[in-house]
Amino acid sequence: MLKQTALNAAHRAMGAKMVDFSGWDMPIHYGSQIEEHHQVRRDAGMFDVSHMLAIDVEGSSAREFLSSLLANNVSRLQMPGKALYSCMLNPQGGVLDDLIVYFLREDWFRIVVNAATCDKDLAWMQAQAKAFRDLRLQPRREMAIVAVQGPQAREKVWQAVPEMRAATELLKPFQAAECAPYFVGRTGYTGEDGFEIILPAAQAPAFWQALSAVGVKPIGLGARDTLRLEAGMNLYGQDMDESVTPLESGLAWTVDLSAERDFIGKAALKEQAPARDLFGLVLLDKGVLRSHQAVSTAHGAGEITSGSFSPTLDKSIALARLPKNTAIGDTVQVTVRDKSLTAKVVKYPFVRNGKSLIG
Amino acid sequence: MSIPGDLKYTKSHEWVRVEADGTVSVGITHHAQDLLGDMVYVESPSIGRQLKAGEECAVVESVKAASDVYAPIAGEVVAVNSEVGDAPEKINQDAYGAWMFKLKPANAADVNGLLDAAAYQAVVESEAH
Repeated sequence: MLKQTALNAAHRAMGAKMVDFSGWDMPIHYGSQIEEHHQVRRDAGMFDVSHMLAIDVEGSSAREFLSSLLANNVSRLQMPGKALYSCMLNPQGGVLDDLIVYFLREDWFRIVVNAATCDKDLAWMQAQAKAFRDLRLQPRREMAIVAVQGPQAREKVWQAVPEMRAATELLKPFQAAECAPYFVGRTGYTGEDGFEIILPAAQAPAFWQALSAVGVKPIGLGARDTLRLEAGMNLYGQDMDESVTPLESGLAWTVDLSAERDFIGKAALKEQAPARDLFGLVLLDKGVLRSHQAVSTAHGAGEITSGSFSPTLDKSIALARLPKNTAIGDTVQVTVRDKSLTAKVVKYPFVRNGKSLIG
Repeated sequence: MSIPGDLKYTKSHEWVRVEADGTVSVGITHHAQDLLGDMVYVESPSIGRQLKAGEECAVVESVKAASDVYAPIAGEVVAVNSEVGDAPEKINQDAYGAWMFKLKPANAADVNGLLDAAAYQAVVESEAH
């Protein structure tokens, strides 16, 4: 039996094609994945991401706990509402999950983790938490999560829920505010402006309808994937997992090895000299790049971790794990079925705020 | 969407139309394009290629996935539809109009061994359960 979010009936009423996504019955698209992709780049779209899990970290040792648990440094979170992207590592430096952590108060942080990994994450966090006094982990399964993304996203949210404007108008990117019953973060997974909103599941259908009434279109997980790929954002389980470190996953910028702070996985990362990293690819030939296709470079072999058609660029793009000394501008060969296709190594993100960053 | 009665079908979701000149046009069904979603790339067989029945001979790719297209019957490829190659979304818009390639059958009677609309309807329904 697939798990359902509070918006399941709303998706079906809007004509969604539903699929099994990590055990959840979720919308893949509502008609056309490409149109939904453009809708987010050009206007505003809404995503049900309630399959993801919010976990509240409460108690006086919350910061100390997260400082040890996460590869990014929560000491960067000083202003209430500030958010941080981080990996959570195992002792070998492998990525257990990637997540966003919000700082609300010294005794209250909120983490949002991926759907497929949330049980594993919670078990891991609970095991690590035993070493800390006055610390509570509260999974917030009763909450729904709705992302509203696109150049018009914030304006549309304020039209739908006018009382939210005052509390969220001054939020900068990667800041959040409580506006009961909503928890609103200016974050996302599309490369566009917008909000991710955590709210009680019981109120999610009314909120969804209010957004729809002001012209926000529902967007399925299909377009969510092409949007995040264009935005150069990793997908856990595809671009990284427990077998690779953040330093091999284009995420060195999220790992703080210099500070004195110790964290799980740090010792292992310091011992390694990563031989590979993630690079962007743009396909020069016709075709579509896909995950697991083999890549041949002047410096050795690599593999595509995420590949698809980019609706914004109208060509195929990919993230690929390649030898570290690969250079931007190199051409590489990708094995697609029985053919060898030529792709160019590029700096990613590919698209930000509706605009191509690929010259 | 109803399944046209004047075409023949395969279990692997190709449709076949016998043309007046004895060649057969091949495309993928409405059901197949619906499963795949927005089409973005079509790889057609080269003209002159001799195909065996059931042989992989073309590829359609949607944003979501790549899918092989199989030769419904044996024959020689005599034409490919460059319009569909240039605009793969035509398959989404009109699956039964967007032929991908034409075959000159090795044996014209082979078409009779393919599924009719009712039999293909049963295939689609059995997949839904």
